[in-house]
Amino acid sequence: MNAAMLAAVGLSMIYIGYRFYSKFIAEKIYRLDPDFVTPAHAQRDDIDYLPTNRIVLWGHHFTAVAGAAPIIGPGIAVIWGWLPAFLWVIVGTMFFAGVHDFGAVWASVRNKAKSVGALTGDVVSPRARLLFMFVVFFLLMMVNAVFGVAIANAFQDTPSAVIPAWSAIVVAVAIGVLIYRMHVPILWPTVIGTVILYAVIYLGEAIPISLPGSMLGLAPGAQWILILFLYAGIASLLPVWLLLQPRDYINGIQLLVGLGLLYGAVLIANPAIVAPAINADLPASAPPMLPLLFVTIACGAISGFHGLVGSGTTSKQLNKETDARFVGYLGSSGEGALALVAIIAATAGFASQAEWRLMYSEFGNGGLTAFVQGGAVIVSNGVGISREFAATLLTVMAVLFAGTTMDAGVRLQRYIIQEWGAIYKIPVLQNGYVATGVAVATCLLLAFGASAARGLPAGEGGMVIWPLFGTTNQLLAGLTLLVISVMLVKLGRPARYTMIPMVLITTAALAAALYQLLSLYRDGGIFYFLLWIDVIIVILAIFVLLEASSAFMRERRAAEAAAAAA
Amino acid sequence: MAQKEGRLARLKALLEEFYVSPYRGAIARARREEDDLFMLFVFSELMGVPNPAAYYTLELQPLLLERFHDWHRRQGLEHSPLDGFRCC
Repeated sequence: MNAAMLAAVGLSMIYIGYRFYSKFIAEKIYRLDPDFVTPAHAQRDDIDYLPTNRIVLWGHHFTAVAGAAPIIGPGIAVIWGWLPAFLWVIVGTMFFAGVHDFGAVWASVRNKAKSVGALTGDVVSPRARLLFMFVVFFLLMMVNAVFGVAIANAFQDTPSAVIPAWSAIVVAVAIGVLIYRMHVPILWPTVIGTVILYAVIYLGEAIPISLPGSMLGLAPGAQWILILFLYAGIASLLPVWLLLQPRDYINGIQLLVGLGLLYGAVLIANPAIVAPAINADLPASAPPMLPLLFVTIACGAISGFHGLVGSGTTSKQLNKETDARFVGYLGSSGEGALALVAIIAATAGFASQAEWRLMYSEFGNGGLTAFVQGGAVIVSNGVGISREFAATLLTVMAVLFAGTTMDAGVRLQRYIIQEWGAIYKIPVLQNGYVATGVAVATCLLLAFGASAARGLPAGEGGMVIWPLFGTTNQLLAGLTLLVISVMLVKLGRPARYTMIPMVLITTAALAAALYQLLSLYRDGGIFYFLLWIDVIIVILAIFVLLEASSAFMRERRAAEAAAAAA
Repeated sequence: MAQKEGRLARLKALLEEFYVSPYRGAIARARREEDDLFMLFVFSELMGVPNPAAYYTLELQPLLLERFHDWHRRQGLEHSPLDGFRCC
């Protein structure tokens, strides 16, 4: 199998999903109405609620959901071979992520643009809403810890990316000041900022930065993690217009440029896929593919985080209800396309299968490293730039995605902690600095604690958390699908198109959490704190399934009672 | 030429919208928080809080009176906290 063929088949399937399946869902299940007055019109305030061009809205949804996770997950999961990862990404995008993202936007639009969290309380039960809040908090904690570790690893693997990645912050701040404070029209800051961003890569190549082998007894990975969380803590306290907004904007541009570059290079270079279709010779550390595949690749196949985006900003800006299909389904399809190219980079960018096996000598290896190394070979052969330049370029792209998610993630964690401070009357937690400190401390505990039980230097084994992160993400997706399914049952429409994915993904998450329970116990014994986080995830998963069955039985009884009364 | 300019204007508008719309609400709220703090500063002397810049802020009070009602409601005060100024 060659890479161009795999890309063509994958993209065609995703397109077929959009063209036919999403049309069926839009017409027969969600029954979109072009005359429905969306909250963007009904509650228009020109701030949160404002009808927006659907292409712009699609761009937001796509760039908000596609980040480092659809690169890292597939980059790890190809250890089982390229075929399972490919099938899960394609089937997941078509039948799981598409209806999930699309459904989250639709459900929110039909309920005054309420968030999925609020809808969980209204549609399912107040208990389910509490469950939702816990899952979101754990998800944020894990996403920050995981991305901190991923960036630290990327900086160690590609020291030439250090200067360009940090320079992007300076470029973003400059763009923010020019646009917000000096009211400079957007075009020139965009063009000049993007040119500087790519030009600085040459500087990074000339001056690669590596941290000392040991400082205060900490390995370079651990030093990077501390620096990154110090940065994330400060960044999350800065005004949105100064850093987060321009960084997000730059990332959107980077994503489009990166995707175009990678797919263009795949088509031109057309490398052969050297990884086996199904890896029969797995390393001893590799867990069983079932159910771990379904949590190792979360973003890129289905991800609960998308529901937060879809029901957060997207639904408040939807001009027509019929745009939900384009924005939601096609937005998740974009992420599927990113995951697909990550699979190709991690399986076709190696000279031989032996070289590929060297990369995947242990479970958790690969990820961003395989994407960068493999992708650099493909881009270099396809576009004709040097391999080192391509590697730096791809590392910077991935680091920027992960870094922006960390900024936003720590900020959101701070909000949740401050809210808890208000609810439970703990004034100290309402202080922004204290809440940020607590958020950063929990993430650091997770990032460092993961390596301790494996006897690795601090921060070196952080990717142990990845499957736990995927599991939590899938639980959140299960909760969102549950809300959509209950809404459909209430409306007397077929719910199987959302209910089947909900049951499958929640069951897979529960099975994966149970498997990890054994594995974490083997690694660190009963006092390993990751084990207890996993125990909480198992309990949450069981509660999600119980809430689901209770909500469906309640709605069915209500429907039967209504039928009997009629 | 005109067609080219039209396309460029459309691109600018698209980029502008792409930049602004995800954070429109967050920025408006942050701006309002800054404004609220400024209102507190301007009216602090009237509420018995010493204000070293009262000489200057006094001049601003008539200009900000229109926003006063919304401001005190946002601060959780049902009625005007100023004896000499009853807006509701």
